[in-house]
Amino acid sequence: MKIIVAIKQVPARDSQLRIASSGTWIQEDDLTFEINEPDAYALEEALQLKEKHGGEVIALCAGPERAASTIREALAKGADRAIHIVEENIAALDTLAIAKLLAAAIRTESPDLVLTGLQSDDLGYGQAGVVLAELIGAPHATIIMQVEQTEGGLRVKRELEDGWFQWVTMPLPAVLTIQSGINKLRYATLMGIKKAKTKELKAIPAADLGAAGVAIKLAQVYLPSRTKQTQMLEGSAKEQAVKLVEKLKFEVRVL
Amino acid sequence: MAGILVVLEQTGGAWHKMSWETLAAGQQFGQALGQPVFATVLGQGIGALAAELGGKALAKVHAIEHGLLESYTADGYTAALAQLIEKNAPSLVLFPHTYQVRDFAPKLATRLGQSLVSDVTRVKIEGSQITFIRQLFQGKLNADVQASTAGPHFASIQAGAYRAEDLAAGSAAVETFTPQLDASMIRQKPEPPFRESARAVDLTSCDIIVSVGRGIQEASNIPLVEELAQALGGEIAASRPICDNGWLPMERQIGSSGQTVSPKVYVAVGISGAIQHVVGMKGAKAIVAINKDPNAPIFELADYGVVGDLFEILPLLTEEVRKAKA
Repeated sequence: MKIIVAIKQVPARDSQLRIASSGTWIQEDDLTFEINEPDAYALEEALQLKEKHGGEVIALCAGPERAASTIREALAKGADRAIHIVEENIAALDTLAIAKLLAAAIRTESPDLVLTGLQSDDLGYGQAGVVLAELIGAPHATIIMQVEQTEGGLRVKRELEDGWFQWVTMPLPAVLTIQSGINKLRYATLMGIKKAKTKELKAIPAADLGAAGVAIKLAQVYLPSRTKQTQMLEGSAKEQAVKLVEKLKFEVRVL
Repeated sequence: MAGILVVLEQTGGAWHKMSWETLAAGQQFGQALGQPVFATVLGQGIGALAAELGGKALAKVHAIEHGLLESYTADGYTAALAQLIEKNAPSLVLFPHTYQVRDFAPKLATRLGQSLVSDVTRVKIEGSQITFIRQLFQGKLNADVQASTAGPHFASIQAGAYRAEDLAAGSAAVETFTPQLDASMIRQKPEPPFRESARAVDLTSCDIIVSVGRGIQEASNIPLVEELAQALGGEIAASRPICDNGWLPMERQIGSSGQTVSPKVYVAVGISGAIQHVVGMKGAKAIVAINKDPNAPIFELADYGVVGDLFEILPLLTEEVRKAKA
């Protein structure tokens, strides 16, 4: 199976975010970046499918130059090669515009399967996989917890709400969005990191794939305002513990 | 283009409860924009559901009936709704932000050349300008999102953002819409939904829940939280990553993919407060947040906030609780 995994680079999880002077995005200069965690699960699933059924895993990422470090990591973990769609101003694009870039790259590869995480930790729209499926004309399923190859297609376990699941079968080529926790993530080995340096990383300027307009835009980003009056309990850890127990006893009345 | 179309969700003849919240939102937006509001539901043999919608204050109800819509599929729903939207040309299409909507609405918007604004918490309407407010970075930031096309515009509304109680009754004509569907258009073959196993732990009836998130760092630290839960006479629960790691069983997960709880008190330990978690616990009567990051979104919901090192605070807190109960 030829599998493309669409991955995204996002600010590290514990980043302290500050609003950029434009007011429409965050300040990126002093941040560190990492793979979007749900996409790490998608990559792992692709690697496991390859180990089971053979084939090739291609990491695909649209993002600025800095995204190359995340792509190298994917190669170190075991992806066979990678495609980097270089777009410095990725934050100004909407899901549809980014998916159009990814779809253009996917079409030239004609994969059997496209995987991606169920959502990104930055924008969190949770749509890229589904939009991609429509753009390349492939069937899809979302929030997948298990993938089985069948004769002529796939049987996948979808997570529904409230502890329910459902199996769905579909022909290939197909697109799946992978739920976090579907597998156990591997670390890159030293050998993997060494090998990654020799693997193909093809950079394509986004402009070569056609300009895309946006259908929606971020007009403003800002810190949320507190809707609730939070009583912050100050002092040493001991004092905080004593104060909280008082609140639980006399205000919440659960003690 | 005019009118707001609200797409409601049903499974096997039962409504998804978020449908009503979204319909109430649609009514409010319709009033603010001076536009008629339409509702639609898809399926087979949905006459009774459509009739129920006929009792709401709406301009019209579109009942999308087809044998191929009996079970949900992304392909079937997308094709049917695209046909209804092309025929009626609404300016805005609203969905409840359910798992099912996440599975097809982005595809539908794409087919019509649009981008869905998903997981919207609030909508601001000034004149004809619609601003969709949604969270970014797992709730750390908010964003105002605006459409830059003529439409139709697509948005899905987060659970609990609008209140079903605000839904206005009235009367609306029900019109059946028969989409042109062919079995070959539907590539997904769904099997019946199932549950892994009966839940051994029902957290929904607990008065006291102590819930643990990524801040706990390692499985070996979980007993710190268990001891506090025990001292309080409550149950331990967790955010998704903890269960994904196998540190606590999946049945103790709170959030959109786990249980939804409303205890007397919910103590969130090392939980940042991502949307997916918050939807499962924001109904708690009192929320306590313990987190090292003073900017964690969980503090926006908390009644009581403790900023500090949970490894230092938890043992002291457990000790104080035991003393208070002694």
